[in-house]
Parts: sequence; structure tokens; C-alpha cells
Amino acid sequence: MGEVNLHGEWSSPFSYRVIWALKLKAIEFEYIEEDLSNKSPLLLQYNPIYKKIPVLVHGGKPISESMIILEYIEETWPKNPLLLPSDSFERAMARFWIKFSEEKGPTIWKIFVTSGEEQEKVKNESLEILRTIEEKGLGEKKFFGGENIDLLDLAFGWMPYWLGVIEEILGLKLLEADKFPRLHAWIKNFKQVSIIKDNPPDRDRMLIHFSSLREKLLH
Amino acid sequence: MEGENEVKLHGMWASTYSKRVELALRVKGIPYEYIEEDLRNKSPLLLQYNSVYKKVPVLVHNGKPITESYIILEYIDETWQNGPRLLPQDPYQRAQIRFWASFIQQQLFGSFYKLISSNGEEQEKAVEEVFEKMNVLEKGMKELLPEGVPEVDGNNSGVLDILVTATFGPYKAHEEVFGLKVLDPEKYPLLFSWVQKLNEIPLVKGVLPPHDKLVALLQFIKQNDLKPSS
Repeated sequence: MGEVNLHGEWSSPFSYRVIWALKLKAIEFEYIEEDLSNKSPLLLQYNPIYKKIPVLVHGGKPISESMIILEYIEETWPKNPLLLPSDSFERAMARFWIKFSEEKGPTIWKIFVTSGEEQEKVKNESLEILRTIEEKGLGEKKFFGGENIDLLDLAFGWMPYWLGVIEEILGLKLLEADKFPRLHAWIKNFKQVSIIKDNPPDRDRMLIHFSSLREKLLH
Repeated sequence: MEGENEVKLHGMWASTYSKRVELALRVKGIPYEYIEEDLRNKSPLLLQYNSVYKKVPVLVHNGKPITESYIILEYIDETWQNGPRLLPQDPYQRAQIRFWASFIQQQLFGSFYKLISSNGEEQEKAVEEVFEKMNVLEKGMKELLPEGVPEVDGNNSGVLDILVTATFGPYKAHEEVFGLKVLDPEKYPLLFSWVQKLNEIPLVKGVLPPHDKLVALLQFIKQNDLKPSS
């Protein structure tokens, strides 16, 4: 079917989504770590418009944009396991929440790159976003995908790891356990899934890396 | 499966997102009931169906609401398998179309929005950005369609045709109100000729907003410095 390569970056939640999807489907792939301050000519050739990671290359054909890559993986290697609902309405619901995660994620990231009054404002917006996800997105389910994780859980994969890193560096707690019990339970369950457990991002390295990023941003 | 197949669309006559869904329903030959929403006075049903964003369009199929226009297009294609396919079967081609749909939405619309909501020097920058993005789109479409735009009619239109129509179909109204030629035939010959072809299709003519009515609305929005929203 063709060789699979993934151009990614060690600290990127977008990169990790693809790694997790490929591993869940037991797809063999070669991983190429990109230095974002010195992008490879191949990356620039494969993603000339955005020049970003991740890029999946299958049989020499590049696909960019992480959620588009995930849908491509799901369609090219269907089942084993199924990563989107088979019912078209449920699938539309999953895509709705994937889009929500994509659109609202940047707001939460803004907490990391702001301070003072602006940060306070973004923090409040973020709490609302998390409230919506908790109540309307996840609801009573174990995973966003139901009994097992699916693409939607991967789309929210920034929450179990990256949000915690931001909270620790900034010394603030956004996702308090008593205020967001369902999301807390989900995070615990997500991290227990064997593929995720066996392929976590490097938290310690991220703490150092993002700390110094925060320093630079504030000066 | 037997039983009712009730389709309703909550839309707004000038909304490009709403038009996408109307075009898709008509291309597929799906009968539907259309409910015009007054965006300044949204119906309780709309607010219930789309409690997260409170926007149009919302497609309601047998009582179940689907929101977000592009997601609705894919839902329509997957649910009604008779009639023309809006998306190709091949996963790589589907990925390419999704890439361009996302580009139109985030990059192009993002820069249109900046254009109409800025002034002076900021607006000049916004104009540059619009032309840059249009360039990227033109180039991308040339690569995607190396043999040029295929002959389109109401029976073989796909998602890209629908997106191009809904976005650029009313270009004359946009030019008249904003005084800027975005769909320039010399800069973007493929996009321009594509829009001309699409605008000739009776199905498209029947869906696109009436020119004068749209001009009046856009003038109103511009004069009152309103933000366009669905």
C-alpha cells in the first residue's frame, strides 16, 4: 500500500494525535523529527502552504492538517479499530466536537501567551469552553467515542497532557477536579489506554521547554 | 430503512454557509422544508438545535439537528447515497478536498473578514492578504484540476463546486458594495471562469441571493459597521 512517514515535533499535540492514531491502527511508519527553527526541505516541499507539522506521507503523497490526516487514516485503514462512529449522524456529531476543539483550543493556549487583565479575560473564556466540553461534549460517556477512544478523544488529547503543563508553569488550576469531574475522569481513563500509556509526550522536557518559552514571551 | 424522511433547513437568505447546504440538497435532489431565520430574532427551535453556536445553517433530519455547514455537506453525502457524489471515494482525494475546504474557511474567509472590518493602513494590508490567499487558491485549484474546470451542471457538482459557488457566486454584489475587485479574471482566470460556469446553472441561479437585495443588505452592514454573522 506504500510507505508511511510522519513528519512531527516532540512537543506538539497535533503531532501526537497522528502518532496515537497510527499506533492504534498498528500501522508501521517512520517518524521524522522536525526542528521547527530549521525545517527540512522535504517538509517545505510537502506542506508549502502552511509549512507546518504534522505531515503524513503515504506512498510519497503528503497529507497535512492533523484532523484531515486522522480522517485519512480512518478511511484508508478502516476498522481495527473503528475510530469514527459508523452511523452518519453520530459521525456528524463527532466532527462537530472535533471542529469545536480546533476552534476553541487556541483560546486556551492564549492563557500561556498573555498576562494580567488579558490573561484573566482569556482564562474566563477558557473556563466556559471547558464547561461546554464537559457538559455537552462528553456528558455521561466514559470516552468521547463511547466505550473506547476514537478520533474525537485524540482531538482532545491536548487536555490530558498539554493543559497540565501550562497549568503547572503558570501556577494556576483551570481544570479543577471538583468543578470538572467528568473531564477529570476522562483524562484518567485516556491516559490508561495502553497505546496512550505507552506513547506519552515527554512531560519533563516540555516543562523545561515551555517554561523558557514563557520567559521569552514576557520579555 | 422505511418511514419518514423529513428534512428541514434553518437558514438565512444571504448567508454563504446556508447557501452551501441548499445547493447540496438540490444537487442531490433531496426535498426539504426551508425555514428562514431572522438573525436578530432567532427562533427558539434554532437556539435549541444549535445551543453551542446559535447559528445557521442547521439541517434537521428526522428531528435530529446537524450543524456546521461543511459537516452538513459530508453528512448529506454519506446519508443520501443516491444521486451525484459530493465527495470522491478515494481517501487521498477526500483529504485534498477537505484541505481546500479548510483553506477557504480559515484562510480566505479570515482575510475577507479582516478586509471588511478594518480601515486605512490596516485595510490596505488586509487587501494584500486577500490577494495572496486568492493566489494560493488559484494555484491550488490549477493543481487539483490539471485539465481545467470540468463542465459542470446541476447533476455532477461536488463539494468544491458548492463552496466556490456559495463563496464567489455573488461576486458582483460584493464588488459593488466594497469597491474591490477580488475575483479578478486576469489574476485568477481559473476561479473566474469556474464561477461563470457555475452561475449559469439553473440550480445555482435558483439558490443564490438576488443581487439587489444582497447589495442593500451589504450596504446596510457596511454603513452600520456591523459584523457579518450567522
